[in-house]
Amino acid sequence: MAGKRLGKQTLRLSSPPSVISNATIVGPKEGEGPLAQYFDIILKDDYFGEDSWEKAESKMLKEAVKNAIKASGRSSTNINFMFAGDLLNQIVSSSFAARDLQIPFVGLYGACSTMAESMCMGSLLLDGRFAEAVVCATSSHFSSAERQYRFPLEQGVQRPPFAQWTVTGAGAAVLAEAGNGPYVTHLTIGKVLDFGIKDANNMGAAMAPAAVDTITAHLNETGRSPEYYDMIVTGDLGKVGKTITLDMMEKEGFEIQNVYDDCGYMIFDAEKQDTHAGGSGCGCSAVVLNGHIMKEMKKGNINRVLFVATGALLSPTTTWQGESIPSIAHAVAIENTIGEGI
Amino acid sequence: MDYLKAFIVGGVICLIGQLLMDHTKLTPARILVSFVTIGAILQGLGLYQAIVDFGGAGATTPLTGFGYTLAKGAMKEIKEAGILGAFTGGTKAAAGGVAGAIFFGYVMAMLFNPKSKK
Repeated sequence: MAGKRLGKQTLRLSSPPSVISNATIVGPKEGEGPLAQYFDIILKDDYFGEDSWEKAESKMLKEAVKNAIKASGRSSTNINFMFAGDLLNQIVSSSFAARDLQIPFVGLYGACSTMAESMCMGSLLLDGRFAEAVVCATSSHFSSAERQYRFPLEQGVQRPPFAQWTVTGAGAAVLAEAGNGPYVTHLTIGKVLDFGIKDANNMGAAMAPAAVDTITAHLNETGRSPEYYDMIVTGDLGKVGKTITLDMMEKEGFEIQNVYDDCGYMIFDAEKQDTHAGGSGCGCSAVVLNGHIMKEMKKGNINRVLFVATGALLSPTTTWQGESIPSIAHAVAIENTIGEGI
Repeated sequence: MDYLKAFIVGGVICLIGQLLMDHTKLTPARILVSFVTIGAILQGLGLYQAIVDFGGAGATTPLTGFGYTLAKGAMKEIKEAGILGAFTGGTKAAAGGVAGAIFFGYVMAMLFNPKSKK
């Protein structure tokens, strides 16, 4: 274990796994957004040929996993584990997809932090030599999430102006012990934090402290400065949470505004697309990472990324019972070359 | 002239709802339930009838009108059937509206599939 633990939360992988392929599928609205050119498949109809949105979401996840495996040049029998999770009750999008894929499956629940959580778990197995290749994936669907967390769309409830918009999309990444990068070099596992925010429509504000805590822990424990990274990117804090994060990071003594962005802020054009505070959902950070960020890394335009996916760990029942929103953030450092920094 | 009055009264009620949506943290469900309750209370105090007399369907169609119907029916039934009317009257008066909503809701659910918002 010597040298692998850099502190309470941060782990340094001694043989950093390589991200060998990625796949994304998004809905029509995401396909009209500013990142459209980076997505592999843009659906014309968000039913995806199914008769319910839940089935459509599961199919998106399954297809993203299949496409990522195909792009990796391996067959699914050579993928040792699948790590996946989603927002629906009992993570059915993931487990129903895994039913068809027949890859040994570890279901995860980390709400919208799932992309980072799955990559953390996958990387640990690879670094521990328990696997040669794993696939990490997650999904969300605007209409199934509305039914899960708010109201069924059939009810026609008006969206309040401060709400975020759940991204319809699925992203998958194949990680392998051998490859040409980009490499997963460090992981910072988050703690569950709760600053007492109770408004389920204001998740950005609820999750920002978790993101700040994890980023701060990562920088302190690795000894890296924010400028070490070309990009520090949070999952789905949106416009409100992004501003809070910048303020709070400054109070922690880190100036990150030059390298900082948020997937929820990047994926939609808030003005043109009427998405109010920005995108959210597991699929949000998953498609921005596996689409935009990984493609830019493979082109060499960005070389070092700290991917910090954030999750609000509430359930509809806890909201009804007046509980506040606990949140978590996990960070994954992805770099084109290994052995730099520490 | 009736159309104009209905348009203005209905519009003002909806405007109040929209202002609550945009400027308060009330959930849509709470706003809807408050509207029914406020309609019932106003009619209980004998006030909503005046709005209905002026605005017609503009006052009876929004949810406050549903509260008005419940209160009006309950009060009428109390006069005719005694205290039990407080429980039966409102439901009887609103029966047409409730059964209509369920029936048409069912028919529409059979005919169409929901679509995602754009």
